[in-house]
Amino acid sequence: MAAGGKIDPMHQFVIEPIFGSFGHNNPFVFTNSALWTLIVLGTIWIFMFGGMKRELIPGRWQVAVEGLISFVDDMVNVSIGPEGKKFLPWVFTAFVFLLFANLIGNMPFGIYAPAHPFTITAQFTFTGVMSLITFAIVLGVGFWKHGLHFFSLFVPKDAPLVFKFVIAPIELVSFLVRPFSLGLRPFIAMFAGHVLLDVFGNFVVQALNSHSAGGIGIWLLSMAFIMFVSMIELLVAAIQAYVFAILTSLYIGEAVNLH
Amino acid sequence: MPQLSQLSEVYLSQFLWLAIALGFIFFVIARGMVPKIQATVETRESKIAGDLEAAQKARAAADETEAAWRARMDLARVDAARIAEEAKQASAHETEKKVKAAADKLHRKIETAEDKIREASQAARAEIETFAAQAAQEMVQRLTGITVDSKQAAEAVRAEFNV
Repeated sequence: MAAGGKIDPMHQFVIEPIFGSFGHNNPFVFTNSALWTLIVLGTIWIFMFGGMKRELIPGRWQVAVEGLISFVDDMVNVSIGPEGKKFLPWVFTAFVFLLFANLIGNMPFGIYAPAHPFTITAQFTFTGVMSLITFAIVLGVGFWKHGLHFFSLFVPKDAPLVFKFVIAPIELVSFLVRPFSLGLRPFIAMFAGHVLLDVFGNFVVQALNSHSAGGIGIWLLSMAFIMFVSMIELLVAAIQAYVFAILTSLYIGEAVNLH
Repeated sequence: MPQLSQLSEVYLSQFLWLAIALGFIFFVIARGMVPKIQATVETRESKIAGDLEAAQKARAAADETEAAWRARMDLARVDAARIAEEAKQASAHETEKKVKAAADKLHRKIETAEDKIREASQAARAEIETFAAQAAQEMVQRLTGITVDSKQAAEAVRAEFNV
């Protein structure tokens, strides 16, 4: 937000305590981040509860819930195979949490409600932990199923020996980078998009306050740009949740099947 | 970047609330509600499949019934044709008999009538012969004075008639 006329697009990511204080890293402090986490959780629960009528002829809501579930189910079954059913709960959890958090973070509630939504997926503490959970599953499944044979994941099967020596370290590095890329991707997408919206939102306000002909031009341009970026952000919100979920299931699928 | 500058202050709180949210979604929603909703979908799909199968069976049964009905209809048609043919023949026979009876009756009537005519004509002839014999007897007596026997006269007349 603009404080004293200065643009501070980072302000929207500041975690502030609502009840209690941070103290020395107090885990029980209730912050705006916690509040919006609960709002996301409640929205997901209400949405899913609408699918629990379990009617033979489904209503629109039930169709939406069933569609979401079968979408994730198909993704898991395609990427992991017959064993995919075991991993559906985590992939589903990650997908709906990111999807709803991203979408709610993009809602322009600030126009009507006293508070702008706090985008919890623009915090790498959240996306990073989710990425680590995925990799804990990948490593756990890989070593539990294949033991040390899991390392053969890094060695291409039908390559000549010389290539194997060259490719294996590259594969290892790319594997080790995955937890970071997986967690950073949704974080960066939300972070960058919201910074962009904030900056251009401030341009709108400042251009209108300038009371000049050039100001109106800038105002119109910024407005058009904000509309465009908002639409892109809605798309990115869904795409990033999808990418996280499909990469999660692909990585788990690799660990389960070893190629 | 508050995500970095605040990190040491907030990460435990962040982890706690993330754990609560993900835990609730994982255990209550993904493992509690999702299987039930999937079961509903499966129930529906199996019901649809069952209904389709039942419909297929009903259709096959209907086809069979129709084929049987067709066969019965063909048989009945052949039967009907045979019965009609028989009835036609029977009625033709009857008509023939009736016509024949009627013709016989007519024939008999004609014969009786002819007999009557014949009798009448014979009677008439006999009368004529008698009358002619008497006339001839009288004529001969008047002309020649000879008395002719009535028997002779009758013979002469009959000979003359029979020429």
